[in-house]
Amino acid sequence: MSEQGGNVSEPNTQDTGTSGMSGRGVTALAERKKARLDELARASAEPGGVSMFRDIVRRLSRNPVAVTGAVIVGLFVLVAIFAPLIAPHDPNQRFDQLLDGLTADTIPGSQDGFVLGSDPLGRDFASRLVYGARQTLLVGVLATLIGLAFGVVIGAIAGAFGGWVDVVLMRLTDVMLALPGLLLAITLVALASRSSQWTVIFAVSIVSVPIFARLLRGAMLAQRESDHVLAARALGVKERAIVLRHMLPNSLTPVIAQATLTFAVAILEAAALSFLGLGDPDINRAEWGLMLGVDGQRYFEIRPELAYFPALAIIIVALGFTLLGEAMREAIDPKNRR
Amino acid sequence: MSLLDVRDLGVVFNRRGERPFTAVDKVSFSVEPGQTVGLVGESGCGKSVTSLAIMGLLPKRGNTVSGEVLFEGTDLLKLRANDMRDRRGREIGMIFQDPLSSLNPVLPIGLQVAEVLERHQGRDRKQALREARDLLDSVGIPDPDRRLSEYPHQISGGMRQRALIAIALACKPRLLIADEPTTALDVTIQAQILTLLKELVDSSGTALIMITHDLGVVAGLCDTVNVLYGGKIVETAARHELFARPRHPYTHGLLSSVPRLDSLRGERLHAIRGSVSDNIPWTEGCAFAPRCDRVVDSCLDGAPALEPTAVGGRLRCNNPVLEEVAA
Amino acid sequence: MLRVIVRRLLQLVVTLIALTALIFIWLRNLPGGPVDALLGERATPERRELLTKALGYDQPILVQYGKFMQRMLTGDFGNSIRTGDSVVEVLGRSFPATVELALAAMIIAVGLGIPLGYLAARHRGRTLDNLTVGGTLLGISIPIFFLGYLLKDVFTQNIHWFPPSGRISTGLDNTNVTGFFVLDGLLTREFDASADALWHLILPAVTLATIPLAVIVRITRASVLDVLNEDFIRTAEAKGLRHRTIRGRHVLRNALLPVVTTIGLQTGALLAGAVLTEKVYNWGGLGTLITDSITGSRDYPVLQALILVAALVFIVVNLLVDLSYAVIDPRVRVR
Repeated sequence: MSEQGGNVSEPNTQDTGTSGMSGRGVTALAERKKARLDELARASAEPGGVSMFRDIVRRLSRNPVAVTGAVIVGLFVLVAIFAPLIAPHDPNQRFDQLLDGLTADTIPGSQDGFVLGSDPLGRDFASRLVYGARQTLLVGVLATLIGLAFGVVIGAIAGAFGGWVDVVLMRLTDVMLALPGLLLAITLVALASRSSQWTVIFAVSIVSVPIFARLLRGAMLAQRESDHVLAARALGVKERAIVLRHMLPNSLTPVIAQATLTFAVAILEAAALSFLGLGDPDINRAEWGLMLGVDGQRYFEIRPELAYFPALAIIIVALGFTLLGEAMREAIDPKNRR
Repeated sequence: MSLLDVRDLGVVFNRRGERPFTAVDKVSFSVEPGQTVGLVGESGCGKSVTSLAIMGLLPKRGNTVSGEVLFEGTDLLKLRANDMRDRRGREIGMIFQDPLSSLNPVLPIGLQVAEVLERHQGRDRKQALREARDLLDSVGIPDPDRRLSEYPHQISGGMRQRALIAIALACKPRLLIADEPTTALDVTIQAQILTLLKELVDSSGTALIMITHDLGVVAGLCDTVNVLYGGKIVETAARHELFARPRHPYTHGLLSSVPRLDSLRGERLHAIRGSVSDNIPWTEGCAFAPRCDRVVDSCLDGAPALEPTAVGGRLRCNNPVLEEVAA
Repeated sequence: MLRVIVRRLLQLVVTLIALTALIFIWLRNLPGGPVDALLGERATPERRELLTKALGYDQPILVQYGKFMQRMLTGDFGNSIRTGDSVVEVLGRSFPATVELALAAMIIAVGLGIPLGYLAARHRGRTLDNLTVGGTLLGISIPIFFLGYLLKDVFTQNIHWFPPSGRISTGLDNTNVTGFFVLDGLLTREFDASADALWHLILPAVTLATIPLAVIVRITRASVLDVLNEDFIRTAEAKGLRHRTIRGRHVLRNALLPVVTTIGLQTGALLAGAVLTEKVYNWGGLGTLITDSITGSRDYPVLQALILVAALVFIVVNLLVDLSYAVIDPRVRVR
């Protein structure tokens, strides 16, 4: 349900809250989101390419908030990659020791060899949590990448061609931007005849497509008018080379910042979909959103830990990505760099 | 007793993570009732900060203010916030540089003028608006009745500054501080505004502190001029004296660098070499030394003292200019 | 300004028509065809034929569409596959429930959010500010349904402060007038019913308000910080105005502009949040309806109506926000 992805996250303190007034054509609601994205995009019109990147990294490394976020993200990725080495047991194996303790209203808790006890089916909860990092990472990364891919392509086309292509594409994205994320995702799930993990991933990724599209288009537009592109053109560099070698690389920095924020949204929305019963039908898969949304809610009264731990994991990771993404956005904003 | 007596005013900015920066360094000057005093200098010399310190408008945190600012005998720096608030707008008025951004964009002009009257003179809304209308008229705004309900973005830059002048003078303050009031305006409007200011202060006997970097503004307006450099006053003189016989090399340089219609063709424009950032701290010597053509050894031996001159001014220089400037 | 309203209303109509066309196309292309979709499991050959004739699906496309539109306009959306009740009735029951919840949540979010955002800005960099910003970051990182369960667990099971679910206690006599239970109680003077409904409303409203609250606090804070840096605030101070005059007339009047748009934006988010919150608390509003209509087999008649209603609400809210902007900001008004 969260409206993240750069829409709602804290604007810069120098971010003009008053930008994006008078709804010209489209409504003032989407105007806000758009204005924010456009500003982020404009940041990429600064010349400097690689050195700018280094500068940003340096600024970030001095920012404790960014560092915290980066550390969390780093740990998360490590846990996900090295899950088999970290997890004490196989996440899908049912253990007699735990099965014995299962009754209609008890699920065994922490005991010898099973640090966090059992899940409703007699599997090691702790191991499932660790492996859950993997699946969650997968869902988040895939959803973000797909959204990014589609969004970037749409945005690049709109930005490069301009004219009516631009207008049509932007109208479409405006409509999508105006709808809240979860509802969009739910609509997609509703449209698909059956659910699968891919349905969830696609549904969640759709939410971020217009965001990336707008971001990239804005970046392209800002750069088309920027000095270094003008210089390149004056020097006779071919248009395609300009686009590929100058405009796109510079547009990437705000995209990366946005992607981290999108990741956070993605895993939250995936969890929400699972909770609603619209998620991945394979409820045996160890994924935090699934664990929280299905087992966590079902057995909340008798063993709330089944909900607390995945929730905590999601919250921390979402927070980590959000902190990092926010800090990146602030670092990129040229207003902060002068 | 002078109307305003600034004594050893100092302002040091200490922001977290940065070195403390002395913006105003023991500045002293006074303003007599009805007098117009100029504070002249380049950007960054501390003139604006001085005026903000006098008005008590510096941010609450991040800076340390020292010295005394005696307004009719009362030290403004020692006043409680609310007491200072009572005086601002009523006894001391101030106008700033950019008229558009200095006005509240969502309030009608009339209200922005009226609210000063409501606050300090106890008028009710209706009365205040009527007086506001008259005030707008007195600053030369045409069709003042209509202007009352218009918004800042609907009127021109010159009119906005006039409105701000009206606001500042609404309660007939004894002192008006004008911080670069014409810098953001077109040249023709500049002249109008300056004329207006002169008329208003002359007719009401209000003292004026004119802060500017533009010597032309000073020439037409001020009785006394203080030249600032690096946070300190380096020269004070009566208007005629300053322009005829600038003593401090910096003042001399400023005057010489103004291009003149009667200079010979092909004659190079005179500029002060270096830039404002080529300073040395006053603790080590004269801050202007790196850029000065007349520098001598004693200039690098601590700051020169601000001494009185024979003609009633002040000078902070070990090796002043002695020739006359061509009129 | 009138022109803007008229133009927007036209847009509204056009969008709705376009939407109905899309829905129509969607229905026709569902597996089994529209008739089967509408009948669901109760489809028998006779029923199918009857419905086909009645809805005109045996006629050329344009006629079909015409009849479809006609039905829409007369408010005939058919019957819910799930419950058999008329769709209009089903929606009529759910709509006020969600609106009541959303309104309560919005009141909390705005009532708390704006002052908190303002205070955070005024005390920038100090404890209150840091706590607030931290809190908002946390607020947008928590899955709302989890929060709902958490609150439910703590406040209804452990400390019995609030009732666990539903909108009103069973067995309580309450007359249904508008569907807004709290209001109804007041209208019919059944104050105990009103109080009970309010009691049930609190926890879900707080849960739902979490994200809008976080967003509003952040936007208000950022906006106030921006405005505090503006020159006209310095002018206001130079005028010697009283602190509260500056706060109200100069700071807030300008700072609240973007907050208003945000409130409008959050209305959409509220509906999304309602879907989750209603499930947690068994609220029986539109959110529950949405979930029920999608899980298992899809309840197309209801979905159809839901989409149209949702679209209508969004567009109207959009319009209201734009209009309010014109009212509040004179720069927009006068062209």
